[in-house]
Amino acid sequence: MQASSVEISKVNKFYGPFHALKDIDLSIPPGKVTCLIGPSGSGKSTLLRCINFLEEYDSGEIRIDGRLIGYEAPGRRMTGRALREMRRSIGMVFQQFNLWPHMTAQQNVAEGLIRVRGMSRAEADRHAAEALAKVGLADKMGNHPSRLSGGQQQRVAIARAIAMEPRLMLFDEPTSALDPELVGEVLNVMKALAAEGMTMVVVTHEMGFAAHVADQVAFMEKGELVAVDSPAGILHSPKDERIWNFLRTYHERNSF
Amino acid sequence: MDIGIFAQYGPMLLRGFGITVLCWILGTIFGMTLGLIIALIQRYSPRWVNWIVQIYIEVIRGTPFLVQLFVLYYGGPLIGLRLDALPAGLLGLTIYGSPYFAEIFRSGFRAVPHGQIEAARAIGMAEPAIIRRILLPLGLVSALPALVNFSIILTKETVILSIITVPELMYQVSRMSTETFRFVEANLVLALFFWALVETISRVGRRLEARVTRHLLERS
Repeated sequence: MQASSVEISKVNKFYGPFHALKDIDLSIPPGKVTCLIGPSGSGKSTLLRCINFLEEYDSGEIRIDGRLIGYEAPGRRMTGRALREMRRSIGMVFQQFNLWPHMTAQQNVAEGLIRVRGMSRAEADRHAAEALAKVGLADKMGNHPSRLSGGQQQRVAIARAIAMEPRLMLFDEPTSALDPELVGEVLNVMKALAAEGMTMVVVTHEMGFAAHVADQVAFMEKGELVAVDSPAGILHSPKDERIWNFLRTYHERNSF
Repeated sequence: MDIGIFAQYGPMLLRGFGITVLCWILGTIFGMTLGLIIALIQRYSPRWVNWIVQIYIEVIRGTPFLVQLFVLYYGGPLIGLRLDALPAGLLGLTIYGSPYFAEIFRSGFRAVPHGQIEAARAIGMAEPAIIRRILLPLGLVSALPALVNFSIILTKETVILSIITVPELMYQVSRMSTETFRFVEANLVLALFFWALVETISRVGRRLEARVTRHLLERS
């Protein structure tokens, strides 16, 4: 598997007068796991969604393997076809899973293979079965999402993304909507993916995951990227007071 | 009550009912199709196109069906649109129903969680495929109860076609009434036929609803 790198430079994003992303610079190395942490409303999900252009950024550049996403050149929008072409190799996993409820697990995974990669139904079904086996759901292929637990649904969503053979995976708070006892199974799948050398960008509140799996951690607050460092650098010896405050409330909430 | 006249008028009434059902089925299919097209235009078009569509919706919804039919049937020839009663009636039903169907589809589409559309975009699916594979199936399921409901309302609008001499059930019932002065019997027949039609539609609608939603209900 070829892994992508992402270069984010001077990215700004506004919602009307609200400055959601402020001059973000971030380098995401290939084959590594980058975690984005910070308080809610800090812009970390927005930044993640700019990487596959589900969210438009207003200025600056986001380059995936050197290629600008969303724009042909600064200020000139990319065609729909070119954008779809780039998105094919970027997988995304959402907080709310966003499986298609009228399709079985296998159909959910096969859909993109058929419509986007042009596979035959039979070939797509075979690939879908492999992807589902990889996330431990070989026995749930025929289930509709309503017949799956939250953790299982999220693993189907991961299978749907990896079946497309992406070179970059984006995770938008993948475990935030899950009951606590179901978080582990999803994180394990993500760890296995990281071990294979996938480039991963993960917005998360799972500090344990950030500490043990991430290669770098970026801390955001109020639309600013406050610091980027090793997990230990951010989580154990933060240099900025804002990080320290965030971690303190996090520890207070989770101590008993 | 004189049962004998039913033997005399029965075949005519049945034929009238057949035309009523035909008008209802075709009027519903065409009206739904036009409504669906309008709803898709509203979802994907720039603002000025939407504005024109909105005027169409307001005009059609804001005027009585009877007036629309008169304009179409008697006013049509003035602009070269010369239609027989039945085609004019069908066209009228189609136009009359389309804005209501459009609104039903629009709200059905809005009920599809945006995240499920984004998930399709994120893997690189093109918009036509997203419409066909995600938006339509899920939107139609949400819209189904309202679609069935409005189809039932449309059954009863077909009686207005009698005004422009479409030989449907109301037309035949009026004829029977004026020829025999059996107003009670004639209108009883009308009521019974409509009741049977509406009851059938609502039963079929309920079964259809149960069928299409069977995978969408959360396990409880």
